[in-house]
Amino acid sequence: MSSVLYDAQGPRAKRRNVLYTVVFLLAAAALGWWVFQTLSDKGQLDWEKWKPFFSGSEAWTTYILPGLWNTLIAAALSMVIALPLGAVFGIARLSDHAWIRVPAGVIVEFFRAIPVLILMIFGLALFAEYTNVGSDDRPLYAVVTGLVLYNASVLAEIVRAGILSLPKGQTEAAQAIGLRKTQTMTSILLPQAVTAMLPAIVSQLVVIVKDTALGGAILTFPDLLAAVSPMSSYYGANTIASFTIVALIFVLLNFALTSFASWLERRLRSGKKSTGAVLPPAAVGGTESAGTAA
Amino acid sequence: MKLRKVTAASAVVLALALSATACGSDKKDEGSSGGGGKKKITVGIKFDQPGLGQKTPQGYSGFDVDVAKYVAKKLGYNEDQIEWKESKSGDRETMLQRGDVDFIAATYSINAEREKKVDFAGPYLLAHQDVLIRADDDSIKSPADLNSKKLCSVTGSTSAQNVKEKLAPKADLQNYPTYSACLGGLQSKQIDALTTDDSILAGYASQDQFKGKFKLGGFKMTNENYGIGVKKGSDLKDKINKALEQMVADGSWEKAVSINFGPANYKYEQAPKIGDIKS
Amino acid sequence: MFDFLEGYDLLGAFWVTVQLTLLSAAGSLVWGTVLAAMRVGPVPLMRGFGTAYVNFVRNIPLTVIILFTSLGLFQALSISLGGQRFETINFRLAVLGLVAYTAAFVCEAIRSGINTVPVGQAEAARALGLNFTQVLTLVVLPQAFRAVVGPLTNVLIALTKNTTVAAAIGVAEAALLMKEMIENEAQLLLISAVFAFGFVCLTLPTGLILGWVGKKVAVKR
Repeated sequence: MSSVLYDAQGPRAKRRNVLYTVVFLLAAAALGWWVFQTLSDKGQLDWEKWKPFFSGSEAWTTYILPGLWNTLIAAALSMVIALPLGAVFGIARLSDHAWIRVPAGVIVEFFRAIPVLILMIFGLALFAEYTNVGSDDRPLYAVVTGLVLYNASVLAEIVRAGILSLPKGQTEAAQAIGLRKTQTMTSILLPQAVTAMLPAIVSQLVVIVKDTALGGAILTFPDLLAAVSPMSSYYGANTIASFTIVALIFVLLNFALTSFASWLERRLRSGKKSTGAVLPPAAVGGTESAGTAA
Repeated sequence: MKLRKVTAASAVVLALALSATACGSDKKDEGSSGGGGKKKITVGIKFDQPGLGQKTPQGYSGFDVDVAKYVAKKLGYNEDQIEWKESKSGDRETMLQRGDVDFIAATYSINAEREKKVDFAGPYLLAHQDVLIRADDDSIKSPADLNSKKLCSVTGSTSAQNVKEKLAPKADLQNYPTYSACLGGLQSKQIDALTTDDSILAGYASQDQFKGKFKLGGFKMTNENYGIGVKKGSDLKDKINKALEQMVADGSWEKAVSINFGPANYKYEQAPKIGDIKS
Repeated sequence: MFDFLEGYDLLGAFWVTVQLTLLSAAGSLVWGTVLAAMRVGPVPLMRGFGTAYVNFVRNIPLTVIILFTSLGLFQALSISLGGQRFETINFRLAVLGLVAYTAAFVCEAIRSGINTVPVGQAEAARALGLNFTQVLTLVVLPQAFRAVVGPLTNVLIALTKNTTVAAAIGVAEAALLMKEMIENEAQLLLISAVFAFGFVCLTLPTGLILGWVGKKVAVKR
C-alpha cells in the first residue's frame, strides 16, 4: 500500500529525499552527540560503571540472572494458569445459556477495565492479610494473581475470537453428523481454534513479560527490573548502566517472542491442513496487545 | 494429524497448569514446616545498603550482617546455617509477626510504634538522621537550609516524613524506590541532598566511585537506635542481648565497626548500653 | 461506611489520572501519526527509523520507560521540561514516557487504517497531481482515521490503565493513593472496590461512547 501513496521518484524527488535523509541524519547525530556528551560529562559513561557487565560474570550471576529467572517464572506461571481459565471464560461467553454467558461476560469486561497494577496491589495486601503465604513468596503470588486475572480475561476474548473466526461450515457439519454441543466444541472447534490462536497467545506472553516489571518497580518482587537496585548500589550507583543493560535484555527477550509469534502466524497461514483461519498476533478484536499495562 | 498434535499440545499446557498450581501449594507447605532437616536460622537484612547490609557477588557484607553473624554464632549457628532474607523497611514488622524470619538486623530503629508490634534487643548502634550533599556544596549549613532545596529519599521512609513535617517543611521532596536512585541525581545536581540515617549515607559516600564527591551534613537531626527485631514475646530477645553485650566486651563490635565504617570516615557513636534508648 | 476516605484526596488522585490520560492521548496521537507517516513515506531512512522505533518501544516494559524518564532524562540529562518542583517535573516526565510508549501503538493502528483505504483513492489523488504530503493529509488519513476509531479506542483505554505506572516515579495518581491507603487503613476490600469502580467509570464509558462514534463515522464501502 505504501508505494501507491507517492509517485515513482524523478530526479527532483530523489534529490529532495537525499536532502531529507541528510537532515534527518544530522538531527539524529546531533541529538546522539549531545546525549553522549552530557552522559560522559556526568561520568555515566565511565568504564568503571560499565565494567561489571563486560568483565567477569559476577554481576550476571549475582543480580541479573536470578532476576531474569524470577521474571520468567512469574510470566510462565501466569500464562499457564491464565490459559485454561481464559479458555473456560471464552467458551462460557459463547454459551447458549444466558445465565452462563452474561456473568462470564461481566467478569471478563470487569477485569479488562482495571489496571493490572491495581490488581497486583490488591493481591499483595490480600495475601498479607488473609493467607499465610510467606513474605518471600507474597510478591510473586501478587504479581501472578494480577497477571492471571487480567490476562485470563484477555485470553478469554482471544479464545472467543478464535472460535468465531472458524468458518460456520465447521459447526454445521458437526451438527449434521449428530455431534452434541459439547462434542462440537471439544473435538471440532477448540482444536482448530487453538491453532488459530497460537500467534495471539504468544504475543500475549510478551505483554505478560512486560507487566512483570510492574511487580519489580512497585511491589518489591525481585524480578529483572528490581535487580537494578542492589546492583547499582554495589557498583557505585551505575544506575544508567544497570538500567540500560536490563532494558536491553527485556527488549531482546520480547523481540524474540514477537518474532516467534509472527513466524508462527506465517507458518500457520501457509499450512494447508487447517481451515486457514489465523488470528494475527496483537490484533484480536477488542483485545489488542496495546490493551495492556506496561 | 496436525490437529491432533495441537490438541495434545493444549492438553500438555493444561496439565502444566495443574501441576504448576500443585507445585505452588507444595512450596508453601515446605515454607511453613521449613528447617526440618538441618538446623537453620533465618535472618532479615537489607540487600542494597553498602556498609550495613549489601548483597555482593561474594555473599553478604556490612555492619548489620557482621552483628547478625556474631549473634547467630552465640545462639549456636555457624555461618553456613544462616539463611539471609531481604527485609525491606515496610515489611519488617510483618515478617517478624508471621515468623518468616527469626530476627532482623536491618537498620531497624527502635521506636514506640514498632515496639507495640515487635520486641527489640539492643540497641547495638546509635545513628542519626543526616543529609548527604555534594562535597563542594556549602549552601546547606543547617537543616533549615533544606527548605529551598531538592531533597531525595525512599518511598515510605520515616526520614522523609520527618523532614517534611518538622525540619524543613518547604523542601521539595522526591521519593524513589531505592536510595541508589537518588545518587545519580545528587551527582548531576538535579538533587541537592539525600536524607536518611548517617550510617547508611556513610556507606554510600565511601564507595570507590564517590570518594571525595559527597559529604555528610553532620546535622544529627534525630537519634536512631538500631535494635535487633524479634517476634513479640520471643525468648530470643534476652539471648541476643547477652550476645550483643559479649560482642562489645570482647572487642568484636569495635572491629566490625571499624571494618565497615572506617573507610567511610564515619564518626560512629560509642557502643550503646543494652536497653539504653536515646530519644 | 465510607469514612475511611476522609483525609485522602480521592478525586484529586483520579483527576491526575484523567489529566495524564488526556495529555498523553493528545501527544501520542500526534507523535503516532508522524511515526505512521514516516513508515509509509518515501524516505527510506525515516521508514527504517519508524519501524525500528515501533519494534523497540513495543517490546520494552512501560515501567522501564517511565523510570528511565526520571533516572535517565531528568537525572542524567538534566531535562526537567520547565518544571520547578518535583510534582510538576514528574508529571511532565510521566506524560512524555506515556506518549513515547503509546505512540508506537497509535502508529500501528493508523497504519492498519491506511491499509483499509482502497488503492484507487490514493491513485486518483496522485492522478490529480497531489504530492505525498497532500495525498496523505487530504485523502488517505482522513479516511484512515475514520476507520481506526475502534482500535484507537482500545489504545486509549489501555492508556488510561497505563497511567497507573506513573506511580513508579511518584506521580500522585490513583494507584499511588491506593497503595498508601491500603498501608494505612484496614478496609482492604472496600478500598480496592472504590478504586476498581473508579477505573471502570473511566474506561467503560470511553469504550461505549467511542464505539458509537466509531460506527457513526465509519466509511461505508
